[in-house]
Amino acid sequence: MILSMLARRPVPAVAGLAVALALPWLIYPPVAMDIACWALFAAAVDLLLGFTGLLSFGHAAFWGGAAYTAGLIALHTGLPFPAAVLGGALLAALLAVPIGYLSVRLRGIYFAMVTLAFAQMVYFVANQWRDVTGGENGLQGIPRELFGLDLSDPFYFYYAGLPFVLAGFFVAWRIVRSPFGRVLVSIRDNPARARALGYPVDRYKLLAFVLSAALSGVAGGLFAISHGFASLQEVYWTTSGQVVMMVVLGGIGTLWGGALGAALIVELNDRLATAGFEETGIITGAIFMLVVLVFRRGIWGTVRHLLASRAGASRAAAPEPSDNKPANSDTLSDARA
Amino acid sequence: MLEQAFNGLVSGSFYALLALGLAVIFGMLGVVNFAHGAFYMLGAFGAFILLDSFGVNFWVALFVVPIVLGLAGIALERLFIQRLAPLDPLYNFLLTFGLALILQDVVKHRYGVQSQPYPRPFGGSIDLGLFTYPAYQVFVLAVSLAVCGTVWLVLTRTRVGMIVRASTERPELTRALGIDVARWVSPVFGFGIALAAFAGVLAAPMRAVNPLMGADLIITVFAVVVIGGLGSVFGSVAAGFAVGLVSALGNLYVPALSQTLVFILMAAVLLWRPAGLFGREEAL
Repeated sequence: MILSMLARRPVPAVAGLAVALALPWLIYPPVAMDIACWALFAAAVDLLLGFTGLLSFGHAAFWGGAAYTAGLIALHTGLPFPAAVLGGALLAALLAVPIGYLSVRLRGIYFAMVTLAFAQMVYFVANQWRDVTGGENGLQGIPRELFGLDLSDPFYFYYAGLPFVLAGFFVAWRIVRSPFGRVLVSIRDNPARARALGYPVDRYKLLAFVLSAALSGVAGGLFAISHGFASLQEVYWTTSGQVVMMVVLGGIGTLWGGALGAALIVELNDRLATAGFEETGIITGAIFMLVVLVFRRGIWGTVRHLLASRAGASRAAAPEPSDNKPANSDTLSDARA
Repeated sequence: MLEQAFNGLVSGSFYALLALGLAVIFGMLGVVNFAHGAFYMLGAFGAFILLDSFGVNFWVALFVVPIVLGLAGIALERLFIQRLAPLDPLYNFLLTFGLALILQDVVKHRYGVQSQPYPRPFGGSIDLGLFTYPAYQVFVLAVSLAVCGTVWLVLTRTRVGMIVRASTERPELTRALGIDVARWVSPVFGFGIALAAFAGVLAAPMRAVNPLMGADLIITVFAVVVIGGLGSVFGSVAAGFAVGLVSALGNLYVPALSQTLVFILMAAVLLWRPAGLFGREEAL
């Protein structure tokens, strides 16, 4: 499956794969695993934000819900960890159905607020349902079972978990490139026209929301297994904000950019934590404000813009925003253009 | 039970003041201010710092803190919010989210997460016929109702209010009628922030003063605003008190739902009226 990706975009795909394989040699392996999980999470959020035009501020519900589910499956059933991760993803997808159903009818800022509120509801449930989630202590001692293999070394676990992340990226990439993905982009750019062409806009949005939640669930489940615990932090709204920050920093609507954003933020948080600086919000918040104010294309978006402008207008990057919008409606996804 | 209902109305006072500030800001600027909870927290800390370091009492703080933070809000609008105003409003949502993280962690860095003590400006209790109630809580409820009522009167009965409402509903047309809409944007933003700070000062003597006090509250207030109808000033205030009341009564009968009830309420409202109870469908 990776082969078709290689055939279409050889250089970035090979480079990305090489970096992903080399990562635990370059940096501390548990941090490498964190980066991989957050990268997939960011790609899942970008699927919604960059390609459907929906800013979800509640994806912590899916990441955290899957983290708890994967943890519970691994703790209580002793199934191999891939089953736990997929179970987490399944729960995330199921949770996304009612939340998405109620949220996709709203647009823009309303959608962000409502998803945020529903995620907070999941947080409160996790906090109060102590018998299952462990409340403020979280779930501890989650095993990493894989047919008796010893995966306690984070270095080896990275390679056991990486296929999930790569598969998740592949699915996200396939979705974006599929006819379904093209419809999503058209809904982002001009929902009225998409509806006029006969597409059930809300149903498309809901499906995108559920798919995005499922991918976030894979990432969150893997995160819980890799850390050996799941805590309330995973369902808290700062987690939703952090992943959005990674997407914006990497470049909205670039899919791969989120991985760059994830790498930078995770690495930064790790350095700050090592230095004993706990109030990371001061730094990450400032970066966020700066990016939003002056660097809205993000890293990957800027690179792509420079490449595109060098190559001239003839070789424009693939999903260009349509030209038939009013000039002043600078929507979120336009920043990359 | 009546006492529980009264507790609910007192929490509702804070929801209403915060939701009111969010609603006027949203109405005028189209911006949802994520940092609103952080400014509420700063209001409480402002009162605490004034008392702790300068010996300034509650009554002075109740005026000084909202004015200072309101001016800070005006500066914030001029420096940052305005630059993003022509873009998608989600950018300002993200900007204020970043700001909320900064403000919260700056205070945490300085004061830690433990709660700071703040004495009540007056003790005693009031006999309300069926039960006695702490006088300070009665005062909070009365002040909140008075402030919300005053804002309502200003918006509906004065020239300033007329301009603000007109700019909210039809900015282009208002501009065409020769009114300088842009002039009112910063003051309205500052006023919304001042309301949050005012609520924070009011909360200092009865709620735990700590850096996280605004973080969870703001999301509940978002739910309140969605229930009331974003951009509807009356809806926000009414929903604020209603949510306080319903949560308190819910707590009495189904304690397990005490924190989630407001979100269940929001889901129900979204099913029935996506624009909120008092919102207009066109605003969606």
